[in-house]
Amino acid sequence: MIKLTAHEMIEVEKLTKVFGTKRAVDGISFTVKRGEVLGFLGPNGAGKSTTMRMLTGFFPPSSGKVTVGGFDIAENPIPAKKLIGYLPENAPAYTDMTVHGFLDFTAEIRGLRGDAKNSAINRVVDLCFLKSVLHQNVDTLSKGYRHRTCFAQSIIHDPDILVLDEPTDGLDPNQKHEIRQLIRKMGEKKAIIFSTHILEEVDAVCTRAMIIDRGKVVANGTPEELRRKSEWAGAVTLRINGVAAGAVQEKLNHLRAAKKTTTSTIGTRVTATVFPRKAGDGDLTREVIEATSGWQVEELRTEEGRLDEVFRSITMPDTAGKEAKP
Amino acid sequence: MNSLGTIKTIAKRELRAYFASPVAYVFIVIFLLLNGFFTFMVGGFFERGEASLANSFFEWHPWFYLFLVPAVGMRLWADERRVGTLELLLTMPIAPWEAIVGKFLASWVFLGIALVFTFPIVITVNYLGSPDNGVILSGYVGSWLMAGAYLAVSCITSAITRSQVVSFIVSVVACLFLILAGFPPVINLLQGVAHNWQWLVDTITSFSVITHFQGFQKGVLDSRDVIFFLSVIGFSLFTTSVILRTHRTS
Repeated sequence: MIKLTAHEMIEVEKLTKVFGTKRAVDGISFTVKRGEVLGFLGPNGAGKSTTMRMLTGFFPPSSGKVTVGGFDIAENPIPAKKLIGYLPENAPAYTDMTVHGFLDFTAEIRGLRGDAKNSAINRVVDLCFLKSVLHQNVDTLSKGYRHRTCFAQSIIHDPDILVLDEPTDGLDPNQKHEIRQLIRKMGEKKAIIFSTHILEEVDAVCTRAMIIDRGKVVANGTPEELRRKSEWAGAVTLRINGVAAGAVQEKLNHLRAAKKTTTSTIGTRVTATVFPRKAGDGDLTREVIEATSGWQVEELRTEEGRLDEVFRSITMPDTAGKEAKP
Repeated sequence: MNSLGTIKTIAKRELRAYFASPVAYVFIVIFLLLNGFFTFMVGGFFERGEASLANSFFEWHPWFYLFLVPAVGMRLWADERRVGTLELLLTMPIAPWEAIVGKFLASWVFLGIALVFTFPIVITVNYLGSPDNGVILSGYVGSWLMAGAYLAVSCITSAITRSQVVSFIVSVVACLFLILAGFPPVINLLQGVAHNWQWLVDTITSFSVITHFQGFQKGVLDSRDVIFFLSVIGFSLFTTSVILRTHRTS
């Protein structure tokens, strides 16, 4: 097994894929370093799977270049593919084999033989909790087990690079948790790209997230950076007892850093949210605390920003404003 | 890993997959039943009184293979595409031609195994008379080569579609052409229509498996016949690789 020390494990330059007249992927560029876990987000049909298929050498790109561990995947596919472990969408596996037979086959095709092969199989069987179904046929497995069997296949050669297309799709909450832990742990030493629809997963696993929409990268940054783009980032929510909603709104709206204030009343308690003029502005919290001194404030917190709201406002700019709740 | 190792790994998996399902056993049983029935009942093995398998046994193989070989070959690529394992296979560190050759060889070996199970007929003919076993062996070699040619054609049709049924029908039609081009009634018809263009008739009949199989039946191992079958196989596997690549580019 070649162990690379190169910093940039995956380099994608102006990658484009055209199907007929549709540009499924339109000039995407990014890099992934060792030790990074890149989360790939985007609505259905945004081009996530197509990008991954080009990264792994299944689809040749219409234009652009993919370099994996220094090898161009179009010109030098075999050494490049050796470095990659790939979990395709829907986790396909040969249905006419047992789990052990399937893993044995994938280990062998990766060039593992004898003891090295057996220890590799044992390692992934333990990591993916497949012991109980090891001698069961793949077509009799439940979706979660089949998914984990295909996931096991992708890590059997301990690759430097992992490309995972929706790795937690179809798993129950416990299995999701296990797989996320595993991805995060492996991410310390490998370069990992994974796609997901689940935004909480981005926080749980990624060091960096990229949102793509209609074939283009529309946002790229750490989960914190993305969250700061939300209008909720830096907003202050507080609960006050004994002051009228109108008075609260009047006072908070006049703060220098405040854009707008929304309130709701339950009994004598008013819950107010002050949105900052500038997303992520730390001054707002200080101003709110000063302005409310003398009031009976029962709770006060600064919001971190919401990924789902960022996701919606970026991928559906027309409707995001209407849907954003007060 | 070298190409040979990769091909062996893929062929081994494919061959195991045949025997893991009832398809393999059903196929072998039907093949043997057909052989028995046609050799003894229709071919008149006993009535002929010949210590030979040329006319009573091998005569039927081009027709059996017409239906049986596409049934073996139809799942080769259609199933990989339907289930999605094609994506898994082609993102492994292997060249596509290694996968194509590996899968083809597995099915060809499987057909060879089915053919070997017809050995009781060889014992029978040896028990009853003293046939030329060299001729019989040459018949078997020819029969296996012919099965390989059909199978390679089935590889193409299997790569074209996700549906095994479509693959089966198209490949039966294609194989039927390979037979009919050398079937005597069809040749007579062609000669009647195109009697001034004997070269045309010759060209068409030269594409027939029957024409090339006849030599083997008689015990004549002509290198031209061997080359014919091998080039049909080579050409078809190459076409398969082109089709698989086209699916991925467009």
